[in-house]
Amino acid sequence: MTPVSTSDAKAFVQIRDVVKDFGAGSLAVNNVSVDIHQGEIFALLGPSGCGKTTLLRMVAGFEIPTAGRIVLDGLDLDALPPYLRPINMMFQSYALFPHLTVWENVAFGLKREGMPRQAIAERVEAMLKLVQLQRYGQRKPHQLSGGQQQRVALARSLAKRPKLMLLDEPLAALDKKLREETQIELANIIREVGVTCVMVTHDQEEAMTMANRIAVMSEGKILQVGTPTEVYETPATRFVADFIGNVNLMDGTVVVDERDYVEIDCGFCRHRVGHGITGTLGMKVSVALRPEKVRLRKTKPDGDLNQVRGTVHDRAYFGSFTLYVLVLPDGQRLKVTESNNERNRTDAPAEGQVAWATWPDTAQVVLTL
Amino acid sequence: MIRPLVTRLFDRMHAHPLFRAHSRKAVISLPFVWLLIFMLLPFFIILKISFAQMGIASFLPLTQFKDGVLALNLDLTHYQFIVQDQLYFRTYLNSLKCAAWTTAWCLFIGYPFAYFMARAKATVQPALLMLVMLPFWTSYLLRVYAWKGLLLNGGLVSTILIKTHLDWVLLQAEVITERGMFMNTEFALLVGMVYTYLPFMILPLYATLSKMDGRLLEAAADLGATPWVGFWKVTVPLSKAGIIAGSMLVFIPCIGEYVIPELLGGPQTLMIGRVLYDEYFGNLDWPMASSVAVVLILLIILPLAVFNKYQAEATEVRP
Repeated sequence: MTPVSTSDAKAFVQIRDVVKDFGAGSLAVNNVSVDIHQGEIFALLGPSGCGKTTLLRMVAGFEIPTAGRIVLDGLDLDALPPYLRPINMMFQSYALFPHLTVWENVAFGLKREGMPRQAIAERVEAMLKLVQLQRYGQRKPHQLSGGQQQRVALARSLAKRPKLMLLDEPLAALDKKLREETQIELANIIREVGVTCVMVTHDQEEAMTMANRIAVMSEGKILQVGTPTEVYETPATRFVADFIGNVNLMDGTVVVDERDYVEIDCGFCRHRVGHGITGTLGMKVSVALRPEKVRLRKTKPDGDLNQVRGTVHDRAYFGSFTLYVLVLPDGQRLKVTESNNERNRTDAPAEGQVAWATWPDTAQVVLTL
Repeated sequence: MIRPLVTRLFDRMHAHPLFRAHSRKAVISLPFVWLLIFMLLPFFIILKISFAQMGIASFLPLTQFKDGVLALNLDLTHYQFIVQDQLYFRTYLNSLKCAAWTTAWCLFIGYPFAYFMARAKATVQPALLMLVMLPFWTSYLLRVYAWKGLLLNGGLVSTILIKTHLDWVLLQAEVITERGMFMNTEFALLVGMVYTYLPFMILPLYATLSKMDGRLLEAAADLGATPWVGFWKVTVPLSKAGIIAGSMLVFIPCIGEYVIPELLGGPQTLMIGRVLYDEYFGNLDWPMASSVAVVLILLIILPLAVFNKYQAEATEVRP
């Protein structure tokens, strides 16, 4: 993945103070501002109903913002109906025209531009080649598999060489295995073409594998914008930490605040956090701890910090890793994943056994409440 | 008592191994039997009569067995007559023309109607649908009679047409012969036909249009199609099934329509329905009347069959 520098690239798409009110009591999109850079894949990630699709539809022109403006490469989109915007969208479950062949579907937008016949033919052939469907031009959409339909949709939305491409849940209609393969393939094609891209997804894996940057949304607001690594490793809020991946959240108070570490007391467990954060003594905080950063042992480790004793309540085997649910003395649950890089491990704690969970002082993320 | 019994019988039937093995055949066999008894059988009776010679009081038998010889007497003179006599040809043509115009006007009025009905708020749609079906609560004979009153001199529609000088336009279109006179004209006939058959156009159109995926129009707009272009390139092609179904439902009964031409079209209207009536009940020439009916049925069925074949080929899945 080629990183796009976030500092010096100028904003290609500017979304400024955009509000959408459907009159349903709460705002579907609540004062969102975000910049999207040229050539990047930008993902809007959030649970259903968080406003991500509404935001995307406002960029496409299908919804009109109640307030705020959207500017694409210096062009104010406010007054433009969808058919005049240099934007193309790949719809959720594709919205291919069922009465037209694959070839005609891809050519549809070009014909509307009034492009000469010869040029259309060349462009359509090139697009079908790009998505490896040259031999399928004369088929109707219903004669194609889900994966092939998805590629036709991609070819159709790329054919007009839009300045901005929008993807609405591009892979939601595919089954898991095909989705994983297609994620990378789709991102490669988009990068090959070089088009700027905004995608909407509720699938964090999809966002992480495809996007350069992710905006995590909830209840109409953007909570955090960052690279996949940033939002995963340093989530800004409890919601982001919880929504992206698995996380253990523990509430505690700052009890020691030294120059290069702090200690946080969470009742049964005392955290030592070694990376650059400071707080005031007595401050209430949440500690987020990813399950894969925790190790499980049958014997008590040295020292007192960053460890907790518990009983293995549940053990679920996922193939490449095993998930343990540890019940701590105060009844809280701690999720731990152990990678199965060894076959038939004998030292793994069994259900009902006592085990110690331990983690390094770089593992936690401290979130202020 | 009856309900549980019917329920049990229904379930039993579906659970029966014979039914499960031939369920598809079993399901179509019932309407098939119905059609056989009430459509195909009468048709063959008509067909038989059309080939019969008229005796003094009844038809002569088609087959005769005498001296070990089986003779089949097919009287083709009636068909010959239909081909030779200009009147029949003109009547068929006029019926087809009238049905075609009625279908065209129903489509022209019905499509926008169905389109806006399908796009209306979901809460208003049942009310609109009700309004379309409301006329069926009155017998159509009465409604056609009502048009007589509206179109007669001094009638409401007649007065409005004269006041707005639309009668001049109608005269130019040659659907009336004299300004201010609407009864017993092609115009009156067309008004009656369109009015009566419009719901049969609207309902199938509404059914297809309301099922249409709105995102396809968004996709068209997204690809640069103005709403007008989107309508012609997406909405209309996708409602083809509704257009065809509606047109068939209007066109076919219109060809044989009898009551409306009789009441509104006046005595000079040449419609095959009237000819049929006259042959059967005026001239009592049943073989002639049956021949006219058979030709009419062929006239309707042949284009339908060709069309069906074309449809089947078009929807066939290519490997």
